[in-house]
Amino acid sequence: MREATLPPPRSHGRLVSRLVLLAAACFAFGFALVPLYDTLCRVVGFNGKTLKDAIAAGDVAPGGLDASRKLGVQFTTTLMPGLPWEIRPLEPSIELHPGELRTTRFLVRNLSDKPIVGQAVPSVSPTVAAKHFKKLDCFCFTQQTLAPGESREMALTFIVDREIGPEISELTLAYAFFPAPTPPSGSTQ
Amino acid sequence: MNTATHALDHHDGHGHQPTGLMRWLTTTNHKDIGTMYLTFSLLMFFVGGAMILAVRAELFQPGLQLMKPEFFNQLIGVHALVMIFAALMPAATGFANWMIPLMIGAPDMALPRLNNWGFWLLPPAAMLLTMPFILAIFGIGDGAVDTGWTLYAPLSVQGGIGVDFAIFSIHILGISSIMGSINIIATILNMRAPGMTLMKMPLFCWGWLVTAVLLIITLPVLAGGVTMLLTDRHFGTHFFDAAGGGDPILFQHLFWFFGHPEVYILLLPVWGLMPHVLSTFSRKPIYGHTAQVYGFIAIGVLGLIVWAHHFMTAGLPVPALLYFMYSTMAISLPLAVLFFCWIATMWRGAMSFETPMLFAIGFIVLFGIAGLTGLVLADVAADAQYHHSYFVVAHFHYALFAGGIMGVMTGVYYWLPKWTGHMYSERLGKLHFWLTVISFNFTFMPQFFLGLAGMPRRIPDYALQFAEFNAISTVGAFVLGLSQLLFAWNVWRCVRGGQRASDKVWEGTSGLEWELSSPPPHHSWDVQPVIK
Repeated sequence: MREATLPPPRSHGRLVSRLVLLAAACFAFGFALVPLYDTLCRVVGFNGKTLKDAIAAGDVAPGGLDASRKLGVQFTTTLMPGLPWEIRPLEPSIELHPGELRTTRFLVRNLSDKPIVGQAVPSVSPTVAAKHFKKLDCFCFTQQTLAPGESREMALTFIVDREIGPEISELTLAYAFFPAPTPPSGSTQ
Repeated sequence: MNTATHALDHHDGHGHQPTGLMRWLTTTNHKDIGTMYLTFSLLMFFVGGAMILAVRAELFQPGLQLMKPEFFNQLIGVHALVMIFAALMPAATGFANWMIPLMIGAPDMALPRLNNWGFWLLPPAAMLLTMPFILAIFGIGDGAVDTGWTLYAPLSVQGGIGVDFAIFSIHILGISSIMGSINIIATILNMRAPGMTLMKMPLFCWGWLVTAVLLIITLPVLAGGVTMLLTDRHFGTHFFDAAGGGDPILFQHLFWFFGHPEVYILLLPVWGLMPHVLSTFSRKPIYGHTAQVYGFIAIGVLGLIVWAHHFMTAGLPVPALLYFMYSTMAISLPLAVLFFCWIATMWRGAMSFETPMLFAIGFIVLFGIAGLTGLVLADVAADAQYHHSYFVVAHFHYALFAGGIMGVMTGVYYWLPKWTGHMYSERLGKLHFWLTVISFNFTFMPQFFLGLAGMPRRIPDYALQFAEFNAISTVGAFVLGLSQLLFAWNVWRCVRGGQRASDKVWEGTSGLEWELSSPPPHHSWDVQPVIK
């Protein structure tokens, strides 16, 4: 048995500042997840997110269309609360070949007596098909303003590329229509 | 373990110790702060319990009898937040404050002033969380947060002022927990007695070390997530707003990146104290000390990478589902190591069944059910049926009531004589145990069947075929809730007086904490013991 004398008071400064730094880094990591997650979703197609921007006309269909396969594509629409619109696909379902360029139209109508700005958000299922669903032109790329009572046909031009897996024969493109987020205060109509 | 305990003729308080309320407001003593954490935790345990008894009363029969659905939604969400952040976490921090310096031979915690601050952030945070209930009575706002404790966007983006109160409350609770964790890590790494290597350190300290690291890694991510929620609600950002290019599923990722490790944050301190109790009342050394240390670390690491199993039905791609299924199931391996070590510690021991041992064995059996039903939930195919059903509710109450709260009660009964210097009433303690364990199963076992039959969670009304099981569950819940008053009374009596406890308290104890007097002196180890 031996007795230790009270050790000199030890400075905890280094350890504590490292731990505080770790906590701060983890807080930053939470925010870094926002762009990371978005990128990951678009690259891998998680959540059925499609590529944000139009692809160039030249990249449309490398290798042309694959006439040996047929794909069923269905279009559905959902109105989110607060958007007094009517909306439906003019062709609820179509058949096409992988690599085939197609245009389809959606009918929208503003049922209210006010001009309203809406935004369509696409989602593809099964989610693994999302990255193969490529849009050349889409009304979802921009916000849409409809005058009171106005009706409009909106076009979507797309291909489903040839790389889509053989296990997929049907896919669904769902559009959720949101009232456009109000711009941050400061900007005027 | 040979230790040198020297006569401790310390000079208490250095002559100017404040008394009364000021003592508690200004204290930097780890035992006082530990006592405050535990008292606060017990108080909030009853607050959260009263809320859920109101919920169970509403669910006694189908139909809406007692409250509006909006109020029901507020009660379930605040019940969870109170129980997790204001009852279980402070109880574990209270244990850490009381026991870690005693166990590692330190005079106090490393950062005593931070410790005081960490505690005194809790009462304002709890008030923020519950204040909207009171404000609503005066017509301000529409009540407390009503999204459930998970605060999922976009519901929480649209919610009333209760959500803002909950966000600020989580910020403050988070800061408090991170300060507590930094303090615990600094104490453990810098202030162990000479000769106490990390591998010789008691398992309770190891459990808390892993907990503290998990807290520092995950709580800031939750804080970031709820901050984004706040700016989405008030400052025009679109982190979780799909129309603005955001993604509501991102919130689920941010939330559960914290939320899953949180389960282990609540349980690791309990897993740490369990071997001490089992070893004491089996009169055998702890079996597999090293294996349990690696078990804690493995569960801590795995716990960080399995979060998405909480929302497997949200539309994740199949490869991701498979990954989260297998990684979740992998956690059962280190957890099984812990279970085997606990059982092996009791194996062929000279066991006796005092209250802490009863709670420890009850914990092992019931927490085992939580683990096994968790494996079922981890199965992607099965989860599609069980998700958001009462099966999940039953599962996590087996984990967090039988695992968490009964674990905390194990620790309270085990250490209470050391803290107060008095023995609690063994008769009352045993009565409390049997009432708790029987009524607990009456409350939650029927919920497994309700979930299997398809009853969704978080609803104030339900289909007629669920009536019988819900009635049983409600009766069980009221017995369970009222039995806890016995616990409070037993603790109160023990604090006030009773049969003197010896320094060693229990026959089979070992460890530094049992070499100090009961109750321990004001400065725990003025002279550090040497461990050979």
